[in-house]
Amino acid sequence: MQVPPRKRRFRGEFEGACFSKRLIIIMCGIAGICHINGPDGVSLNSIKRMIGALCHRGPDETGIYLDDQVGLGHARLSIIDLSSGVQPIHNEDKSFWIVYNGEVFNYPELKEDLLQKGHRFYTTTDTEVVLHLYEEQGPDCLKQLNGQFAIAIWDAKKKELFLARDRVGIRPLYYTVLNNTVIFASEIKSIFTNENISRRIDPIAMDQIFTFWPTLTPRTVFKDIYELPPGHYIKASGGKVTIWKYWDIPLYSRAEQSDLSLQDICLHVQDLLQDAVRIRLRADVPVGCYLSGGLDSSGTTALVVRNFNKDVRTFGIRFDSDGFDEGEYQNLMVSYLNVNHTDLKATNEQIGASLSECLWHCEKPLLRTGPVPLFLLSDVVRKSGYKVVITGEGADEVFGGYNIFREAKTRRFLAKYPNSQSRAGLIGQLYPYIFNNPRLKRTLQSFFARGLDQIDDPIFSHFIRWDNTSRIKTFFSQELTEAIGQYDGYQEVRQSLPEGFERADDFSRAQYLEMAIFMSNYLLSSQGDRVAMAHSVEIRLPFLDPRVMDFMARVPAKWKILGLNEKYILKKSFEGILPKKIISRPKNPYRAPIKQSLLNEKTFEYTKEALSAKSLSRAGLFDAGKVTKLLRKAQVVDNPSEIDSMALAGVLSSQLVHHQFVQDFHVRLADSVSPALIVDRRYEALRAGS
Amino acid sequence: MDNSVKVREFVVENFLFGDGEALKNDTSFMEEGIIDSTGILELVFFLEETFGLSVEDDELVPDNMDSLQNIARFIDRKQNASSAAEA
Repeated sequence: MQVPPRKRRFRGEFEGACFSKRLIIIMCGIAGICHINGPDGVSLNSIKRMIGALCHRGPDETGIYLDDQVGLGHARLSIIDLSSGVQPIHNEDKSFWIVYNGEVFNYPELKEDLLQKGHRFYTTTDTEVVLHLYEEQGPDCLKQLNGQFAIAIWDAKKKELFLARDRVGIRPLYYTVLNNTVIFASEIKSIFTNENISRRIDPIAMDQIFTFWPTLTPRTVFKDIYELPPGHYIKASGGKVTIWKYWDIPLYSRAEQSDLSLQDICLHVQDLLQDAVRIRLRADVPVGCYLSGGLDSSGTTALVVRNFNKDVRTFGIRFDSDGFDEGEYQNLMVSYLNVNHTDLKATNEQIGASLSECLWHCEKPLLRTGPVPLFLLSDVVRKSGYKVVITGEGADEVFGGYNIFREAKTRRFLAKYPNSQSRAGLIGQLYPYIFNNPRLKRTLQSFFARGLDQIDDPIFSHFIRWDNTSRIKTFFSQELTEAIGQYDGYQEVRQSLPEGFERADDFSRAQYLEMAIFMSNYLLSSQGDRVAMAHSVEIRLPFLDPRVMDFMARVPAKWKILGLNEKYILKKSFEGILPKKIISRPKNPYRAPIKQSLLNEKTFEYTKEALSAKSLSRAGLFDAGKVTKLLRKAQVVDNPSEIDSMALAGVLSSQLVHHQFVQDFHVRLADSVSPALIVDRRYEALRAGS
Repeated sequence: MDNSVKVREFVVENFLFGDGEALKNDTSFMEEGIIDSTGILELVFFLEETFGLSVEDDELVPDNMDSLQNIARFIDRKQNASSAAEA
């Protein structure tokens, strides 16, 4: 299979330094190797190789720590003077060492407290604040961090590795354990640079992806490679690796929820969002905004313009096809806020041609093409000289914007009187952009009536979506189907639900499922960090500020969707700062064309080759006969069904992931990395031991 | 070729991608997830083209479309009604 060459970016392509006293932006990747049973040696080259694979996350500077038991690596995009922020960073007596990817937005407040306790700092970074806070409080420090981060700290005295990830999983962190060695990195490709790590597709992960869209944490699509789940940390020492949860998506019973009036709720939300935006503008570089024309990004951009920076630069995506393009609303917001806006026209040809490169960064099969335009947009942002953007992601989950919430509410309503025509009539309002043919009115009722007798099942809200997606598994090869065996993903979800789930209302339960499964591993990953960091762009998400999340979890369900009016609280809260047309516009979820992108004149031959019997047989994941029929059908039908479209994207992207990561894996060579800082304590440790 | 054989071939080819072993005459398309709501339109287009029928909006209900046997009965009814009208 011929895969289009991936673009590579190296040192020198990025812009220079910018100095200020504000939060130092350190876009980066981390990696490391730790022998948990004691000294066993870590080679400099192995860490260099791992860091080399993360060059897009931090192409300007690398730093490495080595002793007789651990190796830590850091790849950094330097923006301020190298002397103040180069990692690894240590504490006063050099007993703790940290490599860190991300931002802690409330670090000035935390630093003040640490200074009063006698801690001394040699940099102005939030990284050093996190290290001292860990030294002071251990893992409890995580509860105080308001930010997005992946952390690795080595306690050289206790010989203990600490790995942690932010609450909702904005920053990635993966690991594997092989022969009493923990190997971790910001991206899986970095782990794969270790030659003794096998690269195989995990059949159970394939079953999960073709049911839930992403894998269920901690599984990844690659066998024995795990993600550190959001809101968790790992301690590795003395031959043991233990994982702990320090935070979960908030769930409250009705009795624990707020009785504030609607007006007071909105006032609180306004205050919280304004502060969430304020601290996310802490940066030593200009911060831009993504502006799609939807309610969420329009709201965050308006908050920035009205309160902090009227000259903010904005970026948005435009599409060829009317069904996907939001140009009308985007233009309205650009005029309304009078911002300097740049839009990217994501053509069908570009989307199809960039899928392979996008998958190199996402590291998982995709059932939609939505991540690709965001991958293209981050390139535009970077070339415009911007490195940080505020985005509206997370609002649909926290404030109740997705149609799946309205669908669940409607189906519960219908379940009480399944034969009611008037109740069934509400179904037609749910997905006008999919079921846009009036002839379908009657069949919709029976379609959404499936499973109405299972309203007590904790996963009732997601049955229709997951059952529909599962149909794509008909394309799995016999070999893959046999490897999956009797595995039941629904049961795994049910067993993973926390204690508070039972006590929460139906709406909050649906929100929990959406956040725990779709948000962390798809929205924040394939449509978030991975496609932004592909071009060294950092995204910041005010709607996922833990204060906002916790407050909204305490808001009764009746206010989140009033009738079938989604995100009611957010709409009310933005009334004073957005045009009425934006507040009242119908929701049009972000999507990108599939058939038009993958089977157009420029991409068809490539798609056909990737889905040829020979390629399919080599990967062994799909039934070549069925995929050939799917491809033929997709060519003939003008508008393939949602399921056929997702099947096309899912099969093709799985093939490309297999090709790039299993069959033909290549990354940068180790000798292209020249660390700015190497702390080599291997011989020191040996001398101390002898 | 018998009407129901033609319909079966269409369903197996287009919705089951060749794997029709488990498809029985009374298998529910909706319950088994064989045809989704938008897929019904493909089926209707096929019926109209192949059998010269005109399917009205209010005929797009499970009683007519949700299984091979329901479709066969529906085709028979429509064709009989058409013949009666011509006579």
